[in-house]
Amino acid sequence: METVAAAFGLVFEPYTLFVILLAAIFGLFVGAVPGLTATMATALLVPVTFFMPPVPAIAALVTATAMAIFSGDIPGALMRIPGTPASAAYTDESYMMTKNGEAETVLGADLVFSVIGGIFGTIVLVFAAPTLAEIALKFSSFEYFWLVLLGLTCAVIITIGDTLKGIVSLLAGLLISAIGLDNPAGFPRFTFGSIELLGSVGLIPMMIGMFAVSEILRYAVSVGDGAEVFRKQIGNVFRGMWGLCVKYPWSILRGSVLGTAIGALPGAGADIAAWMSYAVSKRMSKTPEKFGTGHVEGIVEAGAANNSALAGAWIPALVFGIPGDSITAIVIGVLYIKGMNPGPTLFINSPANVYAVFLVFFLANLLLVPLGWAAIKAARRILEVPRNLLMPIILLFCIVGSFAINNTVFAVIVILVFGVAAYFMEENGYPVAPAILGVILGSMLEENFVTSMIKSDGRFLGFFERPIAAGLGIITILVWLLPLAQWLLARRRAARA
Amino acid sequence: MRINDAVVGVFLIALAIAILVHIQAYPLIPGQKYGPAIFPGLIAVGFIATGSLLVIRGVKAGFPLFQLSPWLRAPGLVTNFLLVCAALAFYIVAAGALGFIPTGVLILVALFLKFGVGARRALVTAVVATLVIHLLFYKLLRVPLPWGVLERFAW
Repeated sequence: METVAAAFGLVFEPYTLFVILLAAIFGLFVGAVPGLTATMATALLVPVTFFMPPVPAIAALVTATAMAIFSGDIPGALMRIPGTPASAAYTDESYMMTKNGEAETVLGADLVFSVIGGIFGTIVLVFAAPTLAEIALKFSSFEYFWLVLLGLTCAVIITIGDTLKGIVSLLAGLLISAIGLDNPAGFPRFTFGSIELLGSVGLIPMMIGMFAVSEILRYAVSVGDGAEVFRKQIGNVFRGMWGLCVKYPWSILRGSVLGTAIGALPGAGADIAAWMSYAVSKRMSKTPEKFGTGHVEGIVEAGAANNSALAGAWIPALVFGIPGDSITAIVIGVLYIKGMNPGPTLFINSPANVYAVFLVFFLANLLLVPLGWAAIKAARRILEVPRNLLMPIILLFCIVGSFAINNTVFAVIVILVFGVAAYFMEENGYPVAPAILGVILGSMLEENFVTSMIKSDGRFLGFFERPIAAGLGIITILVWLLPLAQWLLARRRAARA
Repeated sequence: MRINDAVVGVFLIALAIAILVHIQAYPLIPGQKYGPAIFPGLIAVGFIATGSLLVIRGVKAGFPLFQLSPWLRAPGLVTNFLLVCAALAFYIVAAGALGFIPTGVLILVALFLKFGVGARRALVTAVVATLVIHLLFYKLLRVPLPWGVLERFAW
């Protein structure tokens, strides 16, 4: 109880509340402007949070992302352009509803079910994380090795598209993680005499490059999109929302559960949660033929899913230091900087900070109601901010932000290299998320592998001698065999036909 | 630009060979089997496996080695892309000597004009935005942004 009181004290402090409010406005703006994503909002915020105490720093990130994932729905409904990738799944449906004269309903549903999904995910986080942390206290290097490997495997398998390219992306990330001194032997690898590379590439500049600079490049080569903003005064968005809650209780629950689960799986976040939920909603619907004609059911489900995924992603991030999505990948970097090293001991050493994070999640989702409403009202003005002014300013911000982490120009080189690399990776269908996960988890994978090998005296069977390790190991291997089995099955079927 | 899978595959295999050659020089830790070479070595093996699969796939698909994306045929967009990269490169090279404020203003003006902002608006926004960012990071967050030629006016 004391820790909860302490957590309240940390959050309900004028400075923290002020930071939350500013972060909320920033998040709503970034989310609503097409081409700026929630991950980019996080990456841009890091240099600023660098100078704050832990709780306000984390609060800023949590709030900004929750707001951005909702406000990404606004240009989807009004311009048929998703504000963030997490809204892409139901952008067409939303725009159809707006064209059918139901702009209030679709924006209201976006807002209300974002809040419900967000709160659902938070409740799961609050209950699941401490429980898992208690189990994780007993983990040794064997369990961690399998857990990391399972996480990396999931990241490759869940990404939309090509598994082979996902593996290549993951390997590239692992290779980058091998750069520098940070390995069990403390031997400088791939540094080629550079002093800067001794400390590896630097996660935050890399992320700024991959998620912000690459977006600016994408803007630079896109032909000026003349998408028209839907011009109409938006009325009361909350009308009829209770009716939707009563009509689609299962959709709301299914979306929230699936979203939280996808969020918790490493490598997949809000965008994949929304795509999957929308597809599930259509399959389970009594009226699947209405999907695509401006039907609210899928928006209710997927809108809840993408916001619940945000909280879900924090479960493995806090408990194991394994990010659930690209946003928590950045958050983990911040946690280390702030001395809140993720892992089960975090729940013992600084429980007040952990509870403060939970509280911020609730607060951010509740704040979403009035602030989201205000953002809808101000939508037209936000959407008309000229992007040819915005993008160069963001580039300058990226430069200063990456420089601020270590005060070296080397960071600016990093954002240039990784910005261009991420741009070409995406253009050739190589997903970026597995690479990020590889970079973050690479040293953890190597360390636990080497430690385990030394402990078991080089016998690979040692990896299966503890019950939980054996279970995780078997699951990992089964997940590997899954695509192979599918492939064999497809071949058999093809041979028979 | 879309690159044929086979080209990427060959590149990955070459990279893997380079890694394997490079790690031969890594030391062994006395009394231990697993030194700093094992992890990069495993990654290299992974690159050879995935690279080979990509080569097979690319050869089967058989379309040209490089395929230009639409934007690469529009000169205006290619220069847009290059200018963003050049802006970053310019900062890397010039910021130390020139200082943050002049470099920032130059980068912003160049990009604004290229993206079609009017000249007066570009200049005013560039100066204001650079000064605001400088104020935020230099004064409030105490990031030692270089003064360069404006050293005498440092505040």
